[in-house]
Amino acid sequence: MPSDIIRYFREEMLPHIWCPGCGNGIVLRDIAVALERLNLPRDKVVIVSGIGCSSRAATYLDFDTVHTTHGRALPFATGIKMAKPDLHVFVIMGDGDASAIGGNHLIHACRRNIDLTAIVFNNSIYGMTGGQYSPLTAMGKKATTAPYGMFEPSFDICRVAEASGATFVGRSTTYHNQLLIRLIVEGAENKGFSLIEAVTHCPTSYGRRNKLPAPSDMVRWQKENAVLINKIRDGAAQLKEGQFTIGVLHRHEATEFTEAYMEVVRRARKQ
Amino acid sequence: MRKPIEIRLMQGNEACAQAALDAGVRFFAGYPITPSTEIAEWMARELPALGGKFIQMEDEIASISAVIGASLTGAKAMTATSGPGFSLMQENIGYACMIEIPCLIVNVQRGGPSTGRPTAPAQGDVMQSRWGTHGDHPAIVITPWSVDETYYLTVKAVNLAERFRTPVILLLDEVIAHLREDVRKPDPRKLKLLERPRPSRDRNRFRPFGGALDEVPPIADIGMGYRCNYTGLVHDEAGHPSNSPEVTDQLIRRLVGKVEARREEIVHWEETFMEDAQVVVLAYGCSARSAMRAVKTARTQGLRAGMIRPTTLWPFPDKAVEKAAAMGLPVLVPEMNLGQIVLEVERLAAGRVPVKRLSRVDGQLFTPDEILAALKEGF
Repeated sequence: MPSDIIRYFREEMLPHIWCPGCGNGIVLRDIAVALERLNLPRDKVVIVSGIGCSSRAATYLDFDTVHTTHGRALPFATGIKMAKPDLHVFVIMGDGDASAIGGNHLIHACRRNIDLTAIVFNNSIYGMTGGQYSPLTAMGKKATTAPYGMFEPSFDICRVAEASGATFVGRSTTYHNQLLIRLIVEGAENKGFSLIEAVTHCPTSYGRRNKLPAPSDMVRWQKENAVLINKIRDGAAQLKEGQFTIGVLHRHEATEFTEAYMEVVRRARKQ
Repeated sequence: MRKPIEIRLMQGNEACAQAALDAGVRFFAGYPITPSTEIAEWMARELPALGGKFIQMEDEIASISAVIGASLTGAKAMTATSGPGFSLMQENIGYACMIEIPCLIVNVQRGGPSTGRPTAPAQGDVMQSRWGTHGDHPAIVITPWSVDETYYLTVKAVNLAERFRTPVILLLDEVIAHLREDVRKPDPRKLKLLERPRPSRDRNRFRPFGGALDEVPPIADIGMGYRCNYTGLVHDEAGHPSNSPEVTDQLIRRLVGKVEARREEIVHWEETFMEDAQVVVLAYGCSARSAMRAVKTARTQGLRAGMIRPTTLWPFPDKAVEKAAAMGLPVLVPEMNLGQIVLEVERLAAGRVPVKRLSRVDGQLFTPDEILAALKEGF
């Protein structure tokens, strides 16, 4: 069935601001396809984003969209979801946005298990400001603020989310975009906090400095280094140095936050 | 004048919290901080049974974010904090100004800077409440001098936020917040409550950021079907980001203009003994209580002192000072800071009359005697 996702876009806002070869458009398309598959009531979908290249994605989508401040998308989304639990809230963040300035909010959104679907565009760099390292930049990689190579250890944001209490955690790449769509759909269907890391490529600010100047080089790198988690679990593959897992990395059952709050309401009304 | 149906002994923070509930606030997000915490505690207890939402966030930045998020869905929303938390909230107060989202921020002032004196009173956040967030922006800041007035000004603050689609700051003094006094509580059902302007137009013609320089455009709740874009970037009338100089100029002038053009609806001050005054004290919040006693005592001693007590700090009640200056009255400004509101008074007096400042920054209230002494000492 041909996809009709253009109806989800604010066409008057296009073309987008992203550089030629940027992977963000792929992730945005995958979000739109996932929204089409989910077929949620149009006016009950809210897209909240932070600040950075990725967060500009919200503005292109024709829903209620809130382009907030740097790192704060999750607490804004928490207020929205808590005030109106019938809304389907998607949160778009970048790697610096979600893991550095917004890291504490991420931990607590996971801990609360509030029903938000967070999609982290991980391009390993601060793209909008011209290529500074983020907590997800791998050791040794170059950035304008790491001209001699990244010297800080990096986060695995999926493990952070899992350890903090997220009930659905998945990762995919712009190369594995069919998987990415499925993860977004499953994340949205999960009644609780879902984090989907979308490994995307930034040839302009990251690739050029890290021997992957062409977008195709970066996508090929994703293809060669992303390993399906099921293959690892089945023993069909082993993770080599520098490789990472993709797929549904974690899920568990837990009470969702706005439902837990309804129990508070019941107790308060009894007294 | 409203008719009280009940006289209740309440703490300032409690009166603020209850007034907010009576004014229709149904969402509170906050983070514990002295001396404002009782507001959060009251809300945590009362909101759930009212069908409202209470959440203790991970910090003050998250708190103001959640408040703005909730307000985007149409809920009347608030937070309460004190100096250090108020500092953390500044960026998103600017965001609320920019996307024109109503909310109430209570800042119970304590001694600063930094951690300062958490349980001591101070009035050091007057300028921060005006200029704390970056860029030109509107500010509505209100300050009460009693627990009873805290109730009524909280209701007013919630109404003004809705009326003007902008954050409103209630500046409380630590001693008012923790004081217990009678509140002449009205019938909440008879309070005049305002709602933000909401759209009646069809989606294609809806301009949530449009209108003339003095206009407060309507706003749709998230989920109403208008599918709006909210962004802290400069945006056009529809909410789309823009780099156009004309769009930028229009937006910033309208944000400030919508409040400035309707000063009369916002600005309030009280005048006492001004008819025959020889000299005037301009004071607000807890300092005004000591000042009022000083003014009354001065009169028994033959010095005809008058008093101007703003309850609106921003926009500043220019006319009150204009009038005093036109009458040739010297103005004494006692404040629990090293001189903040006095700068406005000096600006407006413009050298026509002497303006004298009296400061305390030791965490102690002014005594009526020291204000009296300053009055007698002359200008």
